[in-house]
Amino acid sequence: MPLLPALLLLAVFLLGPIVWSIVGSLTNATLTGASATSPDWVGLANYERLLADPDFPLSLWLTVVFTVLSAVVGQNVLGFLVAFAMTRADRRVATIASGAVIGAWVLPEIVAAFVAYAFFSRDGTLNQLLAVIGLEGDNWLFTVPMLTIVLANVWRGTAFSMLVYRAALSEVPPELTEAAQIDGANGWQRLVRVTVPLLRGTIATNLMLVTLQTLSVFTLIYVMTAGGPGNASATLPVYAYQEAFRFGSIAFGTAIATVMLVIGAVFSIVYIRILNRAEADR
Amino acid sequence: MTAAVARAPRPVSVASPRRSVSRGLSTAALVLVTAAFLLPLAWLLLAAFDARATYETRLPQELSLDNFAAVLTPQTTFVPLGNSLLLSTATAAITVLVALLAAYPLSRYRSRFHRGVMYGVLFGTCLPITAIMVPVYSLFVVLDLLDSMPGTILFLVASSLPMAVFMTKSFMDAVPVTLEEAAWIDGASAMRALRMIVVPLMRPGIAVVFVFVFLQAWGNFFVPFVLLYSPSKQPAATSIYTFFGQFGSIAYGQLAAFSLLYSLPVVILYILASRLIGGSFALAGSVKG
Repeated sequence: MPLLPALLLLAVFLLGPIVWSIVGSLTNATLTGASATSPDWVGLANYERLLADPDFPLSLWLTVVFTVLSAVVGQNVLGFLVAFAMTRADRRVATIASGAVIGAWVLPEIVAAFVAYAFFSRDGTLNQLLAVIGLEGDNWLFTVPMLTIVLANVWRGTAFSMLVYRAALSEVPPELTEAAQIDGANGWQRLVRVTVPLLRGTIATNLMLVTLQTLSVFTLIYVMTAGGPGNASATLPVYAYQEAFRFGSIAFGTAIATVMLVIGAVFSIVYIRILNRAEADR
Repeated sequence: MTAAVARAPRPVSVASPRRSVSRGLSTAALVLVTAAFLLPLAWLLLAAFDARATYETRLPQELSLDNFAAVLTPQTTFVPLGNSLLLSTATAAITVLVALLAAYPLSRYRSRFHRGVMYGVLFGTCLPITAIMVPVYSLFVVLDLLDSMPGTILFLVASSLPMAVFMTKSFMDAVPVTLEEAAWIDGASAMRALRMIVVPLMRPGIAVVFVFVFLQAWGNFFVPFVLLYSPSKQPAATSIYTFFGQFGSIAYGQLAAFSLLYSLPVVILYILASRLIGGSFALAGSVKG
């Protein structure tokens, strides 16, 4: 049975952590000490603590802000615009631009994170540029931590959306936009009334994928701000990590992980339904 | 003279003036995008060749290879890069093998069970599994797999497997089944048909999956960060923290030089892979279904 190795691996190392996440969140497991090796059942105590913890709604809200601004708006819109501009711009410029955007994406995530950190740091490139035009810089990672990680994630991740839209735009039949042009539609009208509606399925797919990818971003935030100052940029993955490994409460961190899994699962189901409908329409 | 030039007939252009305006605007916008995306990388490139680098972006007073000389030692670079190579190659090889085996029945036989498996696979591609390293850590404590290279590899395999199965299946769907039918008639088993006929025909697809998984494993920071702790087992992604000395002193130039060395294989592999698939983006294509 050739499916067996795959099913076995998925059962132990993918389903395993999921089940373990739910089970572990009902115990009082800690990183060190007696309850590290033999934790007790505590029922829903971790979830009660989660709901009472003012950091949890903050973290949830920061995750939403981070995902919406950097993925849904930033990567998705910028990726589309870049892909769209590539269809009409000078070929050589388009190739170079595509290389630049992809470059930020293929870098190992820890390198991208250090580069973004250096860019926004007090003596970094951004402040040097601002000084050139006579503006005073700031310690951006400290004063506007969310803005810096959002911009860094747009820089890092736009390539994915760009590539998805570039593939999709190349499949739009030119006769349709040409027909609209003959009917007197200007460039903006052709984009909004013809091209975008044709790409509805691709847009939905891309939105779901970048949302799911952005929900799991850890390294970028951990290196740039470590969730700080205080908890001002601690999205759910960072919050779960800090609670588990800095404050030693594995069980509490696991409860946060379970919440993330539920959010991910809801998005995945919606995504699969969209795919199915697209399949049925075809 | 100028008037004569102005009155001279304009060169006939196929493009309408409006189109050339939009072409100009698009090109200008892309130049801007290129600058914005390359700008943060300037520090990395300049600091690597500056013996006295800080987080400031500046031209080195003299181009020096001191940083590279300092990091190119077994302990700082070769062992971590070797660990990265081991981790990523093993992950990619096992993933490709397991994915090929799994994709074959999924691609060739339709059944309710296989449909269920495909939904599971699709679901698995979406789960933020790398975001939940806390339960993975405590599971690894129980399985006694912490700080184990094979354990980390198997976890990386499992987390990249859903996407790999999905991609492998869509590449395999493109291989016509008639060739195998001929082989079956000649008495070849399904496994033999897979090895002798299907695999050779989908070699570029297999290479794409291999590179895709390899790059993900090579760049992954969070997984080895949580699951491995012995210095001798650290891949480049986590060993990079050695440049952060105690008391906040950072060897910026060496950090940048090491980052370049660590990123280089990724860039080369990506370029090779995109050549392989004709510059188009098979990864996005397979995501699209």
